Amino acid sequence: MNKNIVLCGVGGQGTVLASKLLAAAAMEREIPVMSAETIGMAQRGGSVFSHLRMGDDLYSPMIGSGSADVIIGFEPGETVRMLPYLKKGGHVIVSSRAIMPVTASLSKSSYSSETMLSYLKEQVKNLTIVDGDLACQQIGSPKVLNMVLLGAAAKTGELGVTLDEIKEVMKKRLAPKFHEKNLQALDWYQKN
Amino acid sequence: MHKEFLMGNEAIALGAIAAGVNLVTGYPGTPSSEVLETVAKRRPEDTYVEWSVNEKAAMEVAAGAAYSGARVMVTMKQVGLNVASDPLMSLEYIGVKGGMVVLVADDPGPISSQTEQDTRHFAAFSKLPCFDPSSAQEAYEMVQEAFAFSEQYGTPVFLRPTTRVCHGYASVTVKDAEEYTVHKPEGFEKDSSRWVIFPRLSFANHKKIEERNEKLADVFSGYERNQILPPCEENSGLKKGIAAGGISYTYAMEAMKATGMAKTLKVATPFPFPEALAVEFLQGLDEVLCLEELDPVIEKELVYVCGKYHLSTKIMGKLTHDVKNAGENSRDSVAETITAFLSDLGNDESCSEGETNTGASEQETSASSRTAEPPALPVRPPVLCAGCPHRASFYAVKQAMKGKKSVFCGDIGCYTLGNAMPLDMVDTCLCMGAGVTIGQGITKIEPDTTCFGFVGDSTFFASAITGVVNAVYNQANMVLVVLDNSTTAMTGHQPHPGTGRTMMGEIVSKINIEAVLRGIGLTTVETVNPLELDKAVSTVQRVAAESGVKAIIFKSPCIAVVKPSGALHVDPSRCIGCQKCIRQLGCPAVTLQDGMVRIDEGLCTGCTLCSQVCPVNAIVGGDNHE
Repeated sequence: MNKNIVLCGVGGQGTVLASKLLAAAAMEREIPVMSAETIGMAQRGGSVFSHLRMGDDLYSPMIGSGSADVIIGFEPGETVRMLPYLKKGGHVIVSSRAIMPVTASLSKSSYSSETMLSYLKEQVKNLTIVDGDLACQQIGSPKVLNMVLLGAAAKTGELGVTLDEIKEVMKKRLAPKFHEKNLQALDWYQKN
Repeated sequence: MHKEFLMGNEAIALGAIAAGVNLVTGYPGTPSSEVLETVAKRRPEDTYVEWSVNEKAAMEVAAGAAYSGARVMVTMKQVGLNVASDPLMSLEYIGVKGGMVVLVADDPGPISSQTEQDTRHFAAFSKLPCFDPSSAQEAYEMVQEAFAFSEQYGTPVFLRPTTRVCHGYASVTVKDAEEYTVHKPEGFEKDSSRWVIFPRLSFANHKKIEERNEKLADVFSGYERNQILPPCEENSGLKKGIAAGGISYTYAMEAMKATGMAKTLKVATPFPFPEALAVEFLQGLDEVLCLEELDPVIEKELVYVCGKYHLSTKIMGKLTHDVKNAGENSRDSVAETITAFLSDLGNDESCSEGETNTGASEQETSASSRTAEPPALPVRPPVLCAGCPHRASFYAVKQAMKGKKSVFCGDIGCYTLGNAMPLDMVDTCLCMGAGVTIGQGITKIEPDTTCFGFVGDSTFFASAITGVVNAVYNQANMVLVVLDNSTTAMTGHQPHPGTGRTMMGEIVSKINIEAVLRGIGLTTVETVNPLELDKAVSTVQRVAAESGVKAIIFKSPCIAVVKPSGALHVDPSRCIGCQKCIRQLGCPAVTLQDGMVRIDEGLCTGCTLCSQVCPVNAIVGGDNHE
């Protein structure tokens, strides 16, 4: 089994932790894993991505274009940016809330989430749109978007690991006081 | 043995620990910083680790320990090696007793650096062996082998990963603690004929170094990480070859899953170049494509080998414009180049047997198969964080100097981002410490200009103090602005001499920047909180009006190391929609939604700068406000 997964968003949204949990879940199954992510100057407020690869015969941690099984998008515009990585028939999970860049505020040109989402609807057959804002509101934490999206992505069955396996590694890696909200977040999409 | 999911830099650190490293020094710099941090986190009790004040100090401390028989590693980024080059170039002639690995991370792109310099040249220039890992697993093993080579030949050796190797993660097989080598240093033995550099010694050792490197070129031809692929019985009929090193080698291997395997030379030691192995590789080949980042090092070596051995193989790469000569390679760029290069090879000629052809199905579709052009995407250049005190400092200086002829000389750190609109407060930026000195040159030519030299606290200690001494002694007229946020923010919040913490976990007395400046002879040194805007502006006006060298220390901690105050919000009944807060500050927490100014509660740290700028007091809330 080989899986290529792209996680993308804006710095500070929690893409890195989500990628780490998927990798840890694969490690539990003794599947070889490689990943690569944005680090350094671009971290805060910039476009960020993680490439995650599972399976045998891997050389490079980077994914080539047209070969991602799943794209987990934390922001609509960033998801469109990463779309060239999606393979034919691949799955896209996207949070509907747009994050305005500082440049948009300065130039008075807002960009709209709707434009990005309708483009995704045109281009991607296996598209899951997640109301991340609503989820965070209902769960009562702005920090759980990553778990909500992982939960939705697990439902596609294309992650190479199951929701239960993700829950197990989450509990191993995060302090107990965070477990309840993160478990709620992982289950949110399936229950709503 | 067990498996861990490790970043390349973490793998290097664990490899060094497994090799029994006794001392690790370095100066932070992306993409190298996590190596030393991981050693600090995972070290056995008697391993010493320090963030040195700069790379030169780090290199010299490490050399002293290696003279004493310790196994040592010194870590830095590529431009840091420029700072450490003075000790390094002499150390080449002196050599070491304990193994010494000089870890220098290169940054193709560049992604977080001023230059695209190639440390493989520095290795050849300093005549020191260079190891170039292609993956986290290889880096883990290579650093252990590098220590062994270093000790066997009595010379420092380079380990030169690049960003994608440093920051790529993989499940890496590592040793258990019981399997670690324990290395006991013998201590320093006095011998002035060995440790004191003199012209006669340099001449004698120069001869030995040249002999050693000739021998090493042969030894490296048999080093298992330099390889010809696939095994020779399968590549006998092939006319085209690929030569690659580092991460580009992995991109090439991924690409050849789809095209079929060409005869491939993997170069793990770019210096001394494994010449005999290269000659063997070139036998029977008509054309070779070289895939490497930064400079055409492998390519030039192969051109040299062809000339030396009268081989007619055509060597292609950057020099022949078949590969781009700047920026990083990507999986796609390498795949495209290889596909074009091998296109007339014919599938039956290539060694596709036994290869899994997942690559072909992987790339069945690409961007071009999308039916419509994507909508215009938001641009997200890196910006100062919401609540960053540097924004307030730059804004205060900008307000104070409005309408006056001034030049703002910046430096290396988060505050380089002060160049972005709307602040636009960085007129020059060159290298570490140059913010202080560039302005001195400008005012010697343009005396009616007020020059500001901005420098962060870590950069101040690393390389600005000598520049201040120069200014005072040579009667410069300038304003030094120290942006003291109590950490080394850009590279991940490392401690420095002003923080009072060491990497060994000790609490030590802080080195006081104001006292340093007064000690150098400055009489005007004012410390002010930049988040108190009016006070900050008047301080700048008062200090800038004085003659000679004077300093302002803007002191306010990095928002990433302190707890935020409560977020502010916009009172819609008061907001007149002038957008002064947005136009003047460019804070990512202040956005425009449907024509209304809004503050993102998740981002706002409650710094209150925007509320101080608002002409109608419409921005309210936070801990300290109404």
